[in-house]
Amino acid sequence: MSQPSGAAILVQGLIDQGVEFVFGYPGGAVLPIYDELFGDERIRHILVRHEAGAGHAAEGYARATGKPGVVLVTSGPGATNAVTAIADAYMDSIPMIVLTGQVPTSLIGTDAFQEADTIGITRHCTKHNYLVKDPADLAATIEEAFRIATTGRPGPVVIDIPKDVQIAVPSQSRASKLTATHRYAPQMVASAEQIAEALEMIANAERPILYTGGGVINSGPEASELLRQFQDLTQSPITSTLMGLGCFPSTHPDFLGMLGMHGTYEANMAMNRCDVMVCIGARFDDRVTGRLDAFSPDSKKIHIDIDRSSINKTVPVDLGIVGDCAAVLGQLIAAWGERKPQDLGEWKARIAGWRARECLAYPEKSAKHPDMIMPQRAIERLHALTRHKEPIVSTEVGQHQMWAAQYYGFESPNKWLTSGGLGTMGYGMPAAIGAQLGCPDALVIDIAGEASIQMNIQELGTASQYRLPVKVFILNNEYMGMVRQWQELTYESRYSNSYSDSLPDFVALAEAYGWKGIRIERPEDLDAGILAMMEHDGPVIVDCCVASDANCLPMIPSGAAHTDMILYGDRVDGTMDDEAKALV
Amino acid sequence: MKIATAASERHVLAVTVDNEPGILAKITGLFTARGYNIDSLTVADISDDHAVSRITIVTNGPPQVIDQIETQLERLVPVHKVVDLTAAGPHVERELALIKVAGKGEMRVEALRIAELFRAKVVDTTTQSFVFELTGAPDKIDSFIALMRELGLVSVGRSGVVGMMRGLKSV
Repeated sequence: MSQPSGAAILVQGLIDQGVEFVFGYPGGAVLPIYDELFGDERIRHILVRHEAGAGHAAEGYARATGKPGVVLVTSGPGATNAVTAIADAYMDSIPMIVLTGQVPTSLIGTDAFQEADTIGITRHCTKHNYLVKDPADLAATIEEAFRIATTGRPGPVVIDIPKDVQIAVPSQSRASKLTATHRYAPQMVASAEQIAEALEMIANAERPILYTGGGVINSGPEASELLRQFQDLTQSPITSTLMGLGCFPSTHPDFLGMLGMHGTYEANMAMNRCDVMVCIGARFDDRVTGRLDAFSPDSKKIHIDIDRSSINKTVPVDLGIVGDCAAVLGQLIAAWGERKPQDLGEWKARIAGWRARECLAYPEKSAKHPDMIMPQRAIERLHALTRHKEPIVSTEVGQHQMWAAQYYGFESPNKWLTSGGLGTMGYGMPAAIGAQLGCPDALVIDIAGEASIQMNIQELGTASQYRLPVKVFILNNEYMGMVRQWQELTYESRYSNSYSDSLPDFVALAEAYGWKGIRIERPEDLDAGILAMMEHDGPVIVDCCVASDANCLPMIPSGAAHTDMILYGDRVDGTMDDEAKALV
Repeated sequence: MKIATAASERHVLAVTVDNEPGILAKITGLFTARGYNIDSLTVADISDDHAVSRITIVTNGPPQVIDQIETQLERLVPVHKVVDLTAAGPHVERELALIKVAGKGEMRVEALRIAELFRAKVVDTTTQSFVFELTGAPDKIDSFIALMRELGLVSVGRSGVVGMMRGLKSV
């Protein structure tokens, strides 16, 4: 019995790929793999409480470390529970390997116990997926899966492994078909002509803007460094999408903040009025562009993206460059040479005018609840009191997420973990757990809402089990706040099912799981509560009760242009026509 | 409110892929998921070792959508190459059809006469029916079927379009 089984080959394959952690949950169809992991010191298995938690934890780990996250779940419900996280990783281009157990090959297609068509279900939310029917194919499949997940535009790859394939040994006679082929080779660098053309456009721009996104982060820390150098050469104003926050320091005078639906007035106005837009690793998402026919009407557009299908998908561009952000930025910097930047004084003066509008200013007190903490204030204080630790911040999805993006400034990449594309509530806590494992010395904070946090609240147990000192900072406004805000804007304040009724006592809940629980109710207790959270050497839930009527502004309403932002002080309640209602 | 529509054009795409399980589902699913159209689709393996298949897809859509279809197909790992034959230049399109016609007397004679004009082959016959085999460009087959409709058309099977560039170039 010297021949390794499929399960042994799999575990060895993971070790060869440098895997430190596997986030998973056992079940019938993966028992052979779990037995192989038993007592193996080389890989640490993190037992989650629900497979969605495993997926998001792997995402958080990947986003914080730049290494692929690995998930191991059983067949049927194990796999289907992981699907939301897989779709999330697909939308946000997160490298992830998901190993799913499958019923034995002889039972596939018979509606066997815990059988689901995992390959069929995940076909359109993975970068690639495999059903491995012979242990002889496993080693090559794992090698290729990691390569596909981590190179080019990163993404999730599913490997579905029937139980008998985990137990069997490869037949000597059959060599793998996969080994010889190196079939996935993304284009990394731009042609010299494209670089020259781009440089000509950028160097002659009077009103340039750099519009950066998650692609810069995915390209690695070097890309963020090169972006800083390139901005320094061109002196161009720069904005970032939600996913790109941290790729450029928020405190830099030329940084305009986030753009898009809840972006800053100055970023959106500059996007609208620029003459040359350089999109680097972003994808003209609908949250970013607003109304397409009014999107930056007078600009020449350059789009740098590793995925050719992102170029000209929604916004036609003048120059599309397929390549890796770091590689192309390096080429642009080299080609820039000794040039001097244009005098952009006039352009920057206009931007300063928009900045003076102070779009992120908010009322000191809520109209309805003058004694409550303003949620924006809570994030500002959290930032002020924690920034020296350069924490990793994850979020759930909703108003708190946008406030975190607006008021928590990031100076470096891989510090900001959020579900941007899919907008998955319940992402933040498991992502924080994954990030904390990958970065054990970092302060990791999940900025949450009281509704979102309940979507994966079971993962409190995971953090307790592995002694992970994650901090969950809940902005509790007793509403699914973003839904409530939209109902106010679009449906004449008919708050259909958006009130968070029957909330748990979060402090008691924290204590039930062995966490520390802190409740902050009054503005004067805010700083002390945050400091107490940081001082505790272990996981903490902070239930920060905030004014329930605060809206997330500025905002570009559905179907509006960048120039039609709602700012504080504007009247926002009312109803909309059907065309606007149909937009999300 | 109105659902928006845009003017479309017809394109023939030749796609070479790894002949592996699920690749056809990946491609057809991509079209459904992103709301693209498939007018016809043919597939068969084309290499000695059965490792590579060629898929010909006839689709229609606005130019921007056609470009997206091409790039989205190229994103799939098992896809080697996508060539838009319509955009690439002169190319040949052929389709095979089997057409069954039933009738007696003058109708039967007329069906056979028209079949000869179209160079259709009779591949099966009874005293009351023919099965014609016809290859050609899709519009030729369309007009043959239209004529047969008046002469006792019973059933039609069509292969969908297979296409190839004219001249020396591969694809």
